[in-house]
Amino acid sequence: MSPRSLTLLKNLARNSNASSSCIQTRSVTYMPRPGDGSPRAVTLIPGDGIGPLVTNAVEQVMEAMHAPIYFEKYDVHGEMSRVPAEVMESIRKNKVCLKGGLKTPVGGGVSSLNVQLRKELDLFASLVNCFNLPGLPTKHENVDIVVIRENTEGEYAGLEHEVVPGVVESLKVITKFCSERIAKYAFEYAYLNNRKKVTAVHKANIMKLADGLFLESCREVAKKYPGITYNEIIVDNCCMQLVAKPEQFDVMVTPNLYGNLVANTAAGIAGGTGVMPGGNVGADHAVFEQGASAGNVGKDKIVRENKANPVALLLSSAMMLRHLQFPSFADRLETAVKRVISEGNCRTKDLGGQSTTQQVVDAVIANLE
Amino acid sequence: MAAFLARRLLGTSTSSSSALMSSARAFSSSTTPIKATLFPGDGIGPEIAESFKQVFTAADVAIDWDEHYVSTEVDPRTNSFLTWESLQSVLDNKVGLKGPMATPIGKGHRSLNLTLRKELNLYANVRPCYSLPGYKTRYDDVDLITIRENTEGEYSGLEHQVVKGVVESIKIITRKASMRVAEYAFLYAKTHGRKKVSAIHKANIMQKTDGLFLQCCDEVAEKYPEIEYEKVVIDNCCMMLVKNPALFDVLVMPNLYGDIISDLCAGLVGGLGLTPSCNIGEDGIALAEAVHGSAPDIAGKNLANPTALLLSGVMMLRHLKLNKQAEQIHSAIINTIAEGKYRTADLGGTSTTTEFTKAICDHL
Repeated sequence: MSPRSLTLLKNLARNSNASSSCIQTRSVTYMPRPGDGSPRAVTLIPGDGIGPLVTNAVEQVMEAMHAPIYFEKYDVHGEMSRVPAEVMESIRKNKVCLKGGLKTPVGGGVSSLNVQLRKELDLFASLVNCFNLPGLPTKHENVDIVVIRENTEGEYAGLEHEVVPGVVESLKVITKFCSERIAKYAFEYAYLNNRKKVTAVHKANIMKLADGLFLESCREVAKKYPGITYNEIIVDNCCMQLVAKPEQFDVMVTPNLYGNLVANTAAGIAGGTGVMPGGNVGADHAVFEQGASAGNVGKDKIVRENKANPVALLLSSAMMLRHLQFPSFADRLETAVKRVISEGNCRTKDLGGQSTTQQVVDAVIANLE
Repeated sequence: MAAFLARRLLGTSTSSSSALMSSARAFSSSTTPIKATLFPGDGIGPEIAESFKQVFTAADVAIDWDEHYVSTEVDPRTNSFLTWESLQSVLDNKVGLKGPMATPIGKGHRSLNLTLRKELNLYANVRPCYSLPGYKTRYDDVDLITIRENTEGEYSGLEHQVVKGVVESIKIITRKASMRVAEYAFLYAKTHGRKKVSAIHKANIMQKTDGLFLQCCDEVAEKYPEIEYEKVVIDNCCMMLVKNPALFDVLVMPNLYGDIISDLCAGLVGGLGLTPSCNIGEDGIALAEAVHGSAPDIAGKNLANPTALLLSGVMMLRHLKLNKQAEQIHSAIINTIAEGKYRTADLGGTSTTTEFTKAICDHL
């Protein structure tokens, strides 16, 4: 073989080795203010089901990294009628919270504590980032969707009543105020994160006034961001397109219920809700939790066998670290998690493996730089 | 030709009473043609309706088609572009087939589909979604049926502006409608040999409305102990569907979720161009329809895919208990697509509508 082709081959080998073993780390050249390193308090709500398992995973990893945060843990369970006042106090003081899922009894007359928390703290935007994790095989490639969902009104207004026995009404409320602010958040998010397209999801051909108002607000905000492409899609077509051609979506802004469905569908095609990070954010507070809501409490069997997937919450806590302006810790955590996933020998059941939560945590800690 | 004419004459002379009609249908006699309404629809509608009639004639299906078109002005009796005569026709014949109808967006009259549903009291929309052998999508093992409540729920059309900038939309769930669709779902599961029915809901948030729907499903489930019954929250359902659609068999849901999930399932198997559907109404009315759009951009160009309309027609035949011919036509369609030689553009092929139709007729 000629010397030239030998060097070419060597270069090829080196490059392919480099790309498979090294997930890109971002070199951080940001200048903190003096005192930024003092530890921040974060409210921690372990929650129900797999919640305690996965929040414990986050606690362990934060310890291992010596991240400048400490948790104030509070016990909240889904059967409680309200979130305890002291927990709300703590979140209001700390401004940031990390939580596991709270199980809502079905048809039981107790309104969902997850929803209560969001409404009381006015966390009007729910964000889920659904993307293909390198090394995790899925049926769909090139998925990188951020679903931004209005979190306080819409179908979740909780206004139901029985008109006469056997006839029940539920009110879906859409206001210009809430639609505008979620549209603004979505476009701002796209602008700040260099995203090129925002898609509004609606059913305005049937719900002409309600979703029509939502669309109007989105269109108005879109005019202020001429550099970002804006389009609209009907929710049933949207789900179909997600399954067929997910690469066409970038940032999606939706009212409450559709956002729930779209986020879970997008999470499902990109690898499952066990790995997608997300959170809820308002003007003053932010609550981070597993991105998409399906399976955030998990089944009893997973709890017993300790096989819950901590990846989603770990990646959400990385988002939290960035929110708290600790980007280098966030990067280290994300890199370690992605490396563990791409190596493939330590995966929980929902990703096709057999590992326990603790094994994944240990692997992540081992991979921390 | 003469035999065909004789059959028609016999049909009209003996079909004076509806009782006779239904008994003729029950015995699925091939000598008395059954009358059915056909709405070819807009856009590609007329072409695929032609194709459909060709295949059904080639398969010797003795059906008399009563064709109706959408008029160009609003009929005050129905407050939509559908005439009173069209609606009466379906009510009389009890069976119909509908092509795609374009709904002009937001013009203050009722959408055509909604008009049909409300006037004919079509309470359940049944959409079987199964992977077509030979047409590869990302999912190979889809075999499920979505049954969607079709009259109320979020699509009641009751909206109003409370004050400027605040709009309310009312979702209605009634015991009557929920029981009706739940009964139909379990009956369908039983008669088609299905093992499991899943009720899809969001009762953890919408406790009274979806709670009532679930209650009705629970009650009906008790009457069918041999069929497995489960309740799945809609977000869970979406995720499970895209990860592993084989987990589901028959799904029954209220209106909005049904709309979204049935389209999602259609996406799993290859899109709306391949999905049949059938609307069931009171008194045994069945209106099969092709759920795709009217595709005005390819109208008249002989490029349209008639599969959805043909498969819907097959569903209609099964409803009429003409199972043998249904099977025949169904196999012909499946085989043509599986062979791969004649496929329309949306399936990645280059055939025209007429070529595809001819291939199916040859396969009969």
